[in-house]
Amino acid sequence: MEYLSIFVKGIFIENMIFAYFLGMCSYLAVSKTVKTANGLGLAVIFVLGITVPINYLLENYVLKEGALAWLNPEYANVDLSFLSFIMFIAVIASMVQLVEMIVEKFAPALYGALGIFLPLIAVNCSILGGALFMQDRQYPSIGEATVFGLGSGVGWWLAIVAIAAIREKIRYSHVPAPLRGLGITFIITGLMGIAFMSFMGIEI
Amino acid sequence: MSTDTNTAVETKRASLFSKKNRKLLKDPLDDSNPITVQVLGICSALAITVQLQQAVIMSLSVLFVMIGGNVIISLLRNMVPDRIRIIVQLVVVASLVIIVDQVLKAFQPDISEKLSVFVGLIITNCIIMGRLEAFALGNKPGPSLLDAIGNAMGYAWILLVVSIVREIFGSGAISLPGMGQVKFLPTSWFISEGGFYENNNLMILPPMALITVGLIIWIQRSRNEALIEEN
Repeated sequence: MEYLSIFVKGIFIENMIFAYFLGMCSYLAVSKTVKTANGLGLAVIFVLGITVPINYLLENYVLKEGALAWLNPEYANVDLSFLSFIMFIAVIASMVQLVEMIVEKFAPALYGALGIFLPLIAVNCSILGGALFMQDRQYPSIGEATVFGLGSGVGWWLAIVAIAAIREKIRYSHVPAPLRGLGITFIITGLMGIAFMSFMGIEI
Repeated sequence: MSTDTNTAVETKRASLFSKKNRKLLKDPLDDSNPITVQVLGICSALAITVQLQQAVIMSLSVLFVMIGGNVIISLLRNMVPDRIRIIVQLVVVASLVIIVDQVLKAFQPDISEKLSVFVGLIITNCIIMGRLEAFALGNKPGPSLLDAIGNAMGYAWILLVVSIVREIFGSGAISLPGMGQVKFLPTSWFISEGGFYENNNLMILPPMALITVGLIIWIQRSRNEALIEEN
């Protein structure tokens, strides 16, 4: 039940795009058609699902204050948390590279669909954001951290596919010229954000 | 001989304010603004613009990281193999951000608390990676420095405008360090004091940041029609 609650929270209540604006850059740049938006969204779910648990292990067994105690009781008061940014981003960048190579080798069809998006993801704020929120919220177990990663990924995917669908349709309407493209996308995202705020306060 | 070096120095000095260099500084403020035109660095721009103070601290942090990152990467540009350049860039940027984060935690703990994860997210702020990729990798440190300042300023003014608008309408006052709350309407007008003016709480909520930026884009593009997109 706990897992379901974290998952649903990640998708709707603490949506990466509408509540925290993470991953906005690629959200705005790659949402012109539903097909590419879908590809990028799936890649984000995939990478968040992998990197959040790895960073969880890193945080709890290396970085946190006293986390090194399993190596030697003497290390119990070593606090490496100031290194967390650089460690998280290194894990993310190398994981993305690794995932790209593995997918290319073993699943060429998937690579064809996701390939061009994977390098983009290393600098997608939502991935590092996922790791930092995981650190902030101190999930009790790796299972919960993984579910949180997947939930936020699904939330991000939902947001980008929705805006891409709207942008495909909006091409047929008369948007004031200076608002075309970027401007109207911002405003629609704002309105969608207001709509998503109605999920706030839901308890599962 | 000496005249030669003199002229060389002259041209170098002149080139600091040459047309090209001025363009590097001025373009990102309007024609190629990182936020409204290049669509870079949106995440942080939206999330921390509830208050002017946070926006100022964030802009200064980004300015510092951008200058450092652009200059360092530009110095390293001939030494870094192409394949691993992203990781090198990330490591350089992450180290700079760690410095910023530690300084903020030490001297501005309240603000650091409010900015929470968004200081860390400067690492993946696309404005920094984008400028490193697009400019610093192919240019000398001098122009890279100017490019960094220009882009950070372009980023900063949007942040400041959005945060001022949101704070005035959302809280009815701007809190400035050293001056406390600066109100723009007489206190007795506020509904809490028995007046008629009520703050628009919607402006404090996250979605209004998006809409405010959308309106800035609208104004900017109706003044500068070259920027209008074709659907």
